[in-house]
Amino acid sequence: MAKINIVQAINQALKEEMEKDSSVVVLGEDVGKDGGVFRVTEGLIERFGPARVMDTPLSELGIVGAAIGMSLYGLKPVVEIQFMAFIYEAIEQFFSHAVRMRTRSRGRFSCPMVVRTPYGVGIKGPELHSDSSEAIFCHMPGIKVVSPSTPYNAKGLLISAIRDPDPVLFLEPARLYRSIKADVPEGEFTIPLGKAEVFQEGGGITVIAWGTMFHRAVEAGEGFDCEIIDLMTLKPFDEETVLTSVKKTGRVVIVHEATKYCGLGAEISAFLAEEAIMHLKGPVVRVAAPDAVVPMALLEDYYMPSKERIRKAFEEVMKY
Amino acid sequence: MTEKVIEKFEVKYLQVVDEAGNADPAVFPAVQDETIKKFFETIILVRAYNDRAISLQREGRLGTYASIYGQEASQVGSALALGKDDWVFPSFRESGVFLSLGYPLWQMLRYWKGDERGMKIPKELNILPMSVPVGTHIPHATGAAWAMKIKGHKNAAVCYFGDGGSSRGDSHEGFNMAGVFSLPVVYICQNNQWAISVPRERQTAARTIAQRAYGYGFEGIQVDGNDVFSVYKATKDALEKAKKGEGPTLIECFTYRLHDHTTSDDAARYRSEEEVTEWKKKEPLIRLRLFMQKKGLWTDEYEKGVSAGAKEIVDKAIEEEEAYPPSLPADIILYTNAEPTKRQIKELRELGWQK
Repeated sequence: MAKINIVQAINQALKEEMEKDSSVVVLGEDVGKDGGVFRVTEGLIERFGPARVMDTPLSELGIVGAAIGMSLYGLKPVVEIQFMAFIYEAIEQFFSHAVRMRTRSRGRFSCPMVVRTPYGVGIKGPELHSDSSEAIFCHMPGIKVVSPSTPYNAKGLLISAIRDPDPVLFLEPARLYRSIKADVPEGEFTIPLGKAEVFQEGGGITVIAWGTMFHRAVEAGEGFDCEIIDLMTLKPFDEETVLTSVKKTGRVVIVHEATKYCGLGAEISAFLAEEAIMHLKGPVVRVAAPDAVVPMALLEDYYMPSKERIRKAFEEVMKY
Repeated sequence: MTEKVIEKFEVKYLQVVDEAGNADPAVFPAVQDETIKKFFETIILVRAYNDRAISLQREGRLGTYASIYGQEASQVGSALALGKDDWVFPSFRESGVFLSLGYPLWQMLRYWKGDERGMKIPKELNILPMSVPVGTHIPHATGAAWAMKIKGHKNAAVCYFGDGGSSRGDSHEGFNMAGVFSLPVVYICQNNQWAISVPRERQTAARTIAQRAYGYGFEGIQVDGNDVFSVYKATKDALEKAKKGEGPTLIECFTYRLHDHTTSDDAARYRSEEEVTEWKKKEPLIRLRLFMQKKGLWTDEYEKGVSAGAKEIVDKAIEEEEAYPPSLPADIILYTNAEPTKRQIKELRELGWQK
């Protein structure tokens, strides 16, 4: 078993699924010869040819829209959007079409497609290269939103996403792309969508995070009795795992790098207020970005929840 | 150094049968008398359906409805040119296309009443549910055509939209990709001159919508959208070209929306009675009737028979639609995903829609 990073793990998942299923195709900007700006699709065009690995015009709406058409006609498109903030043009394609095709046609048509995109701060990119807008998509019925945190779960989750019968948004934490190497088995394995992982058991605080913030929460948790949940699927999130843990600890800290206001942490908090209020020892605390646009590179470290801010939240909830 | 013209384009206009019912033999398509009668009978049927739909709406038996009156030649002529394996991506003002392709009439009415099951397309038809957001479905036709090409299938995708839809960015991105990859797709723009109250001149400063195709590297043609033969011929030719691997075509059907935008609109607020009267003289059935009369294919009795038959079909469809059992509220949730999520199962229970 080789130690590989997230970029290589995703590349492996794509290669294996394309090998296995001729209806799987890849399209996006620079995904062919260039292998994608992060090199995630490297080598695919050489292996599968330009009919299955398509360099498209610069056209995010068109790419997602065309992928909808392809999925309607029996292909399984895996789209790459270069950076998450470039997806905004295509939001209508998701919300007005992809996620409602099944219900609008009462099951006659559906859109099994995956849209992959790097997201999040931490790569010191130019403006609009670091957004975390997962909540916009989590608000849509009919979609699944996934965010891996390790090479292992990146591969297993992507294979599940490609095989899913409905549209999946696959959010790849750009900061983690090459920063972690881990053992990933070659060949097929899947991680089910909708299931979280209890990374570390503990009795004091339930910590809920995903993507880059999952790792930061683990670091911050040193010295605290934390039960750390890597959510992995953001929509639909694993209510059962969260609830079981919260009933045990009675204290909750949710960490995400998107803005706090209407971020996914709001849904998780409200869910816990409805389902677990009697088990809570104190307020649910969210460590998230302020209600402000993602800053440029020089200020991004202030924007992203820091280890210190997370530790402060842990100290806060431990007062109860 | 020199300055020279490096690209030129010309936009063709096609009219096969004029307003007086005279056909130009040079461009007349290869159609049998049976097909001509099919044009006529289908136009009568979709018009009968359309009139009844409006009456039903006025009686409170149907929801907001978008009339196709005036555009029947564009819809029937193009739809009857399609092959069985072609895929159709319609907008919301395409009842005539659906019915020409054999869509169950009762289901059409059911949709306009406000029931999603009206767009549960029967398996044997490759039509997508009508796109209510304007123009946003154009890239879907592009993508389906792309998939046909990848799979090596010899069929084509056909996308319908209007002059309003042609202004959307979606049309730009959809056309552009189809041009770049030379995809088997036919874009049919029914330029009915009005996007609710906004006239065609406000959609583009270009003289035609058809000419936009040349910016994307493929052909565009403007046809008389009130002449069923023009639309039929242009669609047939474009489909044939697409299936030979020669790329997309944009057909602009120059027509007119004789009714209000929908039953909720009042067109008298923004356009003159004179304009409508002028266009009424050019409506599709008048010239088709004249043409058929000259060919000895039309008698008063024939039309009476066709109209009575159409009325019967519509009556039966209304009965069928009104007898259809109501939807279950659980359906609101159950078709969202292939499998309901745990949250949805809980919601079904909480709402009392499922045990």
